[in-house]
Amino acid sequence: MRLKIPTNFRIIRLPCTGKIDIIHILRAFEKGADGLYVVGCMEGDCHFNEGNFRARKRVEQAARMLDQVGVGGERVKMYNLSSGEGPLFAQYSIEMVNKIKQMGPSPIRLAKERMKQKADAA
Amino acid sequence: MIIAEKKPIEEIIQEVKDFDRILILGCNECVTVCEAGGKKEVEVLASVLRMYFMNQGQEKTIGERTLERQCDHEYLEEIRNIIDDYDAIVSLACGVGVQFAAEKYLTMPLLPGVNTICLGANEDRGLWTERCQACGTCVLARTGGICPVSRCAKRVLNGPCGGSTNGKCEISKDTDCAWQLIIDRLKALDKMDDYEKVAPVKDWSTDRAGGPRTVTREDVKI
Amino acid sequence: MSEYVSNSRLERVLKAGHLGVTSECGPPRGSDPEEVKKKGLLIKDHVDAVNVTDNQTAMTRMSSLAACIHLKLLGIEPVLQMVTRDRNRVALQSDILGAASFDIPNMLCLSGDHQSFGDCAQGQNVHDLDSMQLVQTVRYMRDEGKFLGGDDIKRPPKIFVGAAANPFADPFEIRVPRLAKKIACGAEFIQTQCIYNIDKFKEWIRRAADRGLTEKTFIMAGMTPMKSVGMAKYMKNKVPGMDVPEEIIARLAGVEKKKQAEEGINICVEHIQELKEIPGVAGFHIMAIEWEEKVPEIVERSGLYPRPEI
Repeated sequence: MRLKIPTNFRIIRLPCTGKIDIIHILRAFEKGADGLYVVGCMEGDCHFNEGNFRARKRVEQAARMLDQVGVGGERVKMYNLSSGEGPLFAQYSIEMVNKIKQMGPSPIRLAKERMKQKADAA
Repeated sequence: MIIAEKKPIEEIIQEVKDFDRILILGCNECVTVCEAGGKKEVEVLASVLRMYFMNQGQEKTIGERTLERQCDHEYLEEIRNIIDDYDAIVSLACGVGVQFAAEKYLTMPLLPGVNTICLGANEDRGLWTERCQACGTCVLARTGGICPVSRCAKRVLNGPCGGSTNGKCEISKDTDCAWQLIIDRLKALDKMDDYEKVAPVKDWSTDRAGGPRTVTREDVKI
Repeated sequence: MSEYVSNSRLERVLKAGHLGVTSECGPPRGSDPEEVKKKGLLIKDHVDAVNVTDNQTAMTRMSSLAACIHLKLLGIEPVLQMVTRDRNRVALQSDILGAASFDIPNMLCLSGDHQSFGDCAQGQNVHDLDSMQLVQTVRYMRDEGKFLGGDDIKRPPKIFVGAAANPFADPFEIRVPRLAKKIACGAEFIQTQCIYNIDKFKEWIRRAADRGLTEKTFIMAGMTPMKSVGMAKYMKNKVPGMDVPEEIIARLAGVEKKKQAEEGINICVEHIQELKEIPGVAGFHIMAIEWEEKVPEIVERSGLYPRPEI
């Protein structure tokens, strides 16, 4: 099964989405990511019982914080699918990439570029 | 332990916006356990502040440090050699830590990053509840081990008041009536006869009313 | 309980073995004394004394003491209500002396509704003393002639001291022990929470009588007529520590809306007549909330009028 997925995102593998922390999400944006999504197992199917529920809460909390600082909470999202659903994975990645393209670059990335230009000019 | 709660990010932003170099200072004790001001919360707050100010086009230095405690001289001394790198400190310790740091570093603005709530217990995951108000004259021996000072909204020493309904307090259906808990305990201890002993007028001079409190121990002093 | 501790008419009526009658007057949310006087004059001839509430439900109102003075000057006997919510022991003792200086002869000691119910939800509360300790304090000031701090009082207050009891609050099993505790602290009369559950009240007063408590204090049964089925439902569901049986609600709902108030008065009168016969009931405290004009009718129809000449 060969599926076309966008190439402009990087996959970071975790043993379980329950491993993700808010700071991981925030750091990605701080470093200039335009969007981030977390793909966990189906709800109720977590090998560690509630890892994906915890991940969802953290994603939601990170989204609230990103809203508060003007980055935009919509740039993060949690998806759930089972490991056999390759096409769905592809579909979600396309959906997310399209959404982020629509929203445009993250204001943090733009701010960083402006600062760099200023520093270069000086 | 001391229970604290994170201040809203907007409030912290307002407090720090005029400083360029800010140190976020966590504490490894109570506020770490209640997830309000430990190393993780320092990282998150620092990241969020960096993004906010970057977005505003402001370049700020936001440092991160977490001390073993902020209520002891030796740990607070650990930042003496870096303190000149900053214009302000946001302390995520309880009110004790914030003040102790302020007293030590006289010219350094110290801003609280948490609201200190109470002396409490970790009743459940994500739930911290008050157990003590440090009144300075413990009455627990007479009340079945349940505190009417901290857990009764009217700190009634001869309760319950007329507002106790189905074991709950008149102020909220989510608040246990302390006197219901006391009576349940007295019954379990087979000490209901104690209920009719009238608690005398309390000496509140050991409470907040008596002014700042100190404990002096000559045997411990060096 | 033969000799008099105060110049209270209420004390004399109760000690003479008559059923006492008190009512209630809530001070206004303003400084117009006429409102207090008007309410007092409406019920003057039908009651032995009038309770004046102390910032009830934690809503800021004219001070209880000031309103008591207005009544006293009209020749109406007040019962000064005092809550421990708003004043520490300095202020409480000071107000007791202030009341005594106007020869206000009765006082009811309460803890008071929590301030979160009122218009100052962000305010501090005091609760330096609790209601029982306030009873002890007044008794100490009167009987020993001393302040809590131990100094002598010149002209100690002569006040007949009461406390409240709620026969219906939880947990029920401590309701009688709690009454015993208040009596042990020195409560000479008791005014109860509004009674709608007659059977439960009878059970409570029977248990109190079994312990000899009805011999040691005068228990005045609290009565509040229902104005409507809506009020009955509100009292049942929203007022802490209130026990309104379904049959009361059903009875009010069973008559047309215009006649519900009249039915509420009927229920109140029937309850008083029933409780008059119960041993240990020393009188009635009729709290017609913002409905003072109905008190004379209730008193008359219950056979409690005229009030005895004392």
